[in-house]
Amino acid sequence: MDDVRTSRQRRRGRKENLKIRARLLQSVRVFFIERGFLEVETPVRIPAPAPEAHIDPVRSGQWCLHPSPELCMKRLVASGFEKIFQISRVFREGERGSNHLPEFTMLEWYRAGEDYCALMSDCEALLAHLGGELLDQPVLEYGGVSARLDGGTERVTVGEAFRRHAGRSLNEIIAENSFEEVLTEAVEPRLGHPLPTLLHDYPIELGSLARAKSSDPKLAERVELYVAGIELGNGFSELVDAHEQRKRFEAEIELKRARGVEWNPMPEKFLTDLPHMPECAGMALGLDRLAMLFTGAETIDEVSAFTPEEL
Amino acid sequence: MYKAADLKKGLKVEIDDEPYVIVGFEFSKPGKGQALYRCRMKNMINGNQMDRTYRSGDSFKPAALEERTMQYLFHDGTFYTFMDSKTYEQVHLTDDQVGEGKNFLIDNLEAEILMWQERPIGITLPNFVNLRITKTEPAARGDTTSNVTKLVTVETGYSLQGPAFLEEGELIAVDTRTGDYGTRVKG
Repeated sequence: MDDVRTSRQRRRGRKENLKIRARLLQSVRVFFIERGFLEVETPVRIPAPAPEAHIDPVRSGQWCLHPSPELCMKRLVASGFEKIFQISRVFREGERGSNHLPEFTMLEWYRAGEDYCALMSDCEALLAHLGGELLDQPVLEYGGVSARLDGGTERVTVGEAFRRHAGRSLNEIIAENSFEEVLTEAVEPRLGHPLPTLLHDYPIELGSLARAKSSDPKLAERVELYVAGIELGNGFSELVDAHEQRKRFEAEIELKRARGVEWNPMPEKFLTDLPHMPECAGMALGLDRLAMLFTGAETIDEVSAFTPEEL
Repeated sequence: MYKAADLKKGLKVEIDDEPYVIVGFEFSKPGKGQALYRCRMKNMINGNQMDRTYRSGDSFKPAALEERTMQYLFHDGTFYTFMDSKTYEQVHLTDDQVGEGKNFLIDNLEAEILMWQERPIGITLPNFVNLRITKTEPAARGDTTSNVTKLVTVETGYSLQGPAFLEEGELIAVDTRTGDYGTRVKG
């Protein structure tokens, strides 16, 4: 930001990164197609997103641009689509930082008849595949650490990760309302190296679309993927109970109202279709951040053709 | 009031009754969680830095700073005295507050004095100040290459590198932001 090069020069400098990004997108497609997933496209402009306390959609007339393709993809699963994936541009109001763009590229996939354990295996296989396709050695060097992509993953529960890296119990941290601070300062930098980390079993209040664990209803079957300290993706064993889902959406809307957010439509057609959705699991993964890892880019700007500031 | 979403480098806010400028800023948002706004803030009075993390609900009072154009009068060994030429009000700045600016202070120079609750806390000089050369070696004869420089000393006692053709008594414009030679000035 402090340099005075023109944005045209900056884009020229990004050419190599954009080539790697293109190969990454192609390899991701090949991975899913080879495994029998159907590539789908769902509308970018939708009447109601999933109400989530801390995700603000970008308005588009009376509707909005989707913050993720989640609801439409689940409705496809409810209509009998068993394995689908989508690569789409998604939009989130007010998110801008070295790892955030208000418009970014998301990979999202769903598997009917599976739970979040299948997603973890998918993540592991996807990273190994990409490492094999794009790197001479399947090891990512990023931010002073390295992550081996073909040696499996570290799987750790949120509770254990907080004990191990922050030296404190999750309950204590939630009680003092500092989950995000401790996670980003003490825990995340330690995740994803020397192996990618699958952080799983979140407190139920942090997984509004996730199914509760049958062995412990205070935990949600939610998983996040980290590589070299970077948060890449989020997945759930999807909640299929429409009644419970409506209650959780209402709770999220309450939290949004408390923040002063006024536009909170309920996604009624999704809730109507939900009882027809089989048990399934879905995961979303940020492809811009994946491109950062494979190019060594320090900021998301360096793997983007244009940033909002350059438009 | 500013909201957390307004935070960015360069923003000046009031915290614990003191003015701070944000010198480092990072937005982060762990998946599905609340946005965090990490700021490195510099106290505008004493220069001390601190790190603070804010959330989206937080709000901030803009630092009520005022810039006033004042003339430099004199240095009494401890303070640099400036005067508002309309109200004749005088303010006193310390060595630390003036910093490198002392190299460019000549009588009656107009500068912007940053005021916080009627107290001077900083100074912004014009980008260029004209200063007379008081000492330099004579111009080297026959040497016409433009990249030869020599040391010149100006009326404030400040020394800098300038082109070889400069002579004692000449007026030069000096860039107060870098301390470098700008151009020769007629007069």
